[in-house]
Amino acid sequence: MGRSDSAPSGEPDRPEVPEQRAGEGQPYLRVNDLRVRFDTEDGVVRAVDGVSFAVERGRTLGIVGESGSGKSVTSLAILGLHHTKRATITGEISVGGRQLVGLPEEQVRRLRGRDMAMIFQDPLSALHPYFTVGRQIAEAYRVHHPRAGKREARSRAVDMLGRVGIPQPARRFDQYPHEFSGGMRQRAMIAMALVNDPDLLIADEPTTALDVTVQAQILDLLSDLQAEFRSAIILITHDLGVVSQVADDVLVMYGGRAVEQGSVEQVLRRPQHPYTWGLLSSVPSLHGDADADLVPIKGNPPSLINLPSGCAFHPRCRYAGRNGDRSFTEVPELRPAGEAGHLAACHLPVDERTRLYQEDVAQVGVAQ
Amino acid sequence: MSSPSTATQTPPVSPAEPLLRVRGLAKHFPVRAGFRSSGAVRAVDGLDFDVRPGETLGLVGESGCGKTTTGRMLVRLLQPTAGTIEFAGRDITHARRGALRPLRQDLQIIFQDPYASLNPRHTVGRIVAMPLQVNGITPPGGVKKRVQELLELVGLNPEHYNRYPHEFSGGQRQRIGIARALALRPKLIVADEPVSALDVSIQAQVINLLRDLQRDLDLAFVFIAHDLAVVRHFCHRVAVMYLGKIVEIGDRDDIYQRPQHPYTRALLSAIPDVTTLGPAGRIRLTGDVPTPLNPPSGCRFRTRCWKAQDRCATEEPALTNRDGGRQLTACHYPEQGPVGAGPEPGPDAPATSGTVEVSQ
Repeated sequence: MGRSDSAPSGEPDRPEVPEQRAGEGQPYLRVNDLRVRFDTEDGVVRAVDGVSFAVERGRTLGIVGESGSGKSVTSLAILGLHHTKRATITGEISVGGRQLVGLPEEQVRRLRGRDMAMIFQDPLSALHPYFTVGRQIAEAYRVHHPRAGKREARSRAVDMLGRVGIPQPARRFDQYPHEFSGGMRQRAMIAMALVNDPDLLIADEPTTALDVTVQAQILDLLSDLQAEFRSAIILITHDLGVVSQVADDVLVMYGGRAVEQGSVEQVLRRPQHPYTWGLLSSVPSLHGDADADLVPIKGNPPSLINLPSGCAFHPRCRYAGRNGDRSFTEVPELRPAGEAGHLAACHLPVDERTRLYQEDVAQVGVAQ
Repeated sequence: MSSPSTATQTPPVSPAEPLLRVRGLAKHFPVRAGFRSSGAVRAVDGLDFDVRPGETLGLVGESGCGKTTTGRMLVRLLQPTAGTIEFAGRDITHARRGALRPLRQDLQIIFQDPYASLNPRHTVGRIVAMPLQVNGITPPGGVKKRVQELLELVGLNPEHYNRYPHEFSGGQRQRIGIARALALRPKLIVADEPVSALDVSIQAQVINLLRDLQRDLDLAFVFIAHDLAVVRHFCHRVAVMYLGKIVEIGDRDDIYQRPQHPYTRALLSAIPDVTTLGPAGRIRLTGDVPTPLNPPSGCRFRTRCWKAQDRCATEEPALTNRDGGRQLTACHYPEQGPVGAGPEPGPDAPATSGTVEVSQ
């Protein structure tokens, strides 16, 4: 976040996507080969199937995907919010150097809310209707600061309400969620998430329920707060427009797997996966030819119980089959896609993808 | 409703008579505190617009602006508090059920939620055939043949006639809703957020389908949406609503390229667009939409407007044309010039206070 507008060149290269291997660098959050599985009556749902990424302090990772792509399940796994009996989680999640997978619930609870916090999509259902907004924020503070008195917690909560731009915070402290408007509720949620100065903030569709003018306010607020608190942010969204505004790095998920990741310029300007191309050309834009047809992705997102063989995207991909039958039989791995830090999971050679993108997608006028 | 805009609408020059003519349309929901009535939510407060045959009008605005209420009044799912709705020359504002029935053939609605708007216990065939049955119509070749034609028309497999809604995905369900709306060969369809519940890749499929149908069947649409980018790809004309009123209405290119109302400008600049990376110069509106229970006096947008003057609080701006074109704007200090320059100070309005910041 807090990037100046992107000129295609000029801007000094920001650090690339942190290395996936452990050891070098010190990203605050490191997720390695995360798998989340649910056993259901209908079969095994592999909601997340081997996803790796890392987020440094002060940076924002946008996770993009359609419903059922596994983006929310990933974030709930990081926070340890999956029911241990229903979900099987394997892989590594390291937050500030601590390995979370397999940690006793009691210890995860101590981290949650203090070192990592979450902003949910719907603030009305995330706030308790029976308690005042201020009391809920103060409680979030006192849980992690047992020695803090009521007065200290209150002043901290009022301070946070003011920081997130709620006018008359001392008066607002004593109001109930229903007395807040949608945008104000989302601000209160953000105040609650930030009350313990978390180093990692996960925002799951934080603006989807809001109107565009309020969405713009909330996105600006998140940027400003990040500049102030230097937290690492994961922003989960289906909206590529939102990602283009605030993310530094992007992870595109499809069918529970990462299909492309890299810096926001790489993924949105020089995308290397046909699914990302499809997403970009199907989004209606305010620029370009309004009379031109949109280019949708054919078909529907896959069922996680019965994922297509090989590349999960192959039934919807225009280019499947160009490379023999590899796309139908072999799951593509995330591999370097030209530039440093840019990864994509596609069997086609990088050169051919670059050419196809230039000829088939960029020409249509969506990107650039 | 005595709205100042009622008299000023200049009927657009058109060869065809408008299919739909709306004047002074209003809907007030009474609010009761205990047993006494304590005012009313003025959800829609005096709208004037026309839709010509084969034309698509986009109705855009933020939540609470009254766009859905308007759509429901147009198909008479809600009874207007004031104003008139004329359809094909007939006043249907107070038409009774019996009189409405033949009219419903020409006037259909597509709902937002493809999960809630289809009866889960009926087969797709039965759902799509329902409008034919209710109106006692037997199409040539039989109901089943017509239903299968309709399913094919909206891109569904006609073999799936006997399946139930739960067997279909969200996008396919929305297609079923569209097939049902088309069953009676309507002239006008009110589409209330028809794609906002769908995933992006599916959204594009449904928008393209609606565009094809619109062209092939020469349908008129009132297309209600909060997403201005979607509206731009579908509509010939666009009306921007704020707190129950139309603040600006005009041809698509005028609205998107030369918006005159500050609200339209702010709305357009707030949309995050994939084609720009980073927070490009946006107009930041402060605060939320005020409550329609007690809307601001004068211009309703003035509490969030960076150009507001004393006059805006006392005198309600009329929806009028400012430059001899077809664009109508309700603003005392309209913006000029193409969009993209950011907010400019008005003719006699210094860029006031901290209500607007342009982040760069």
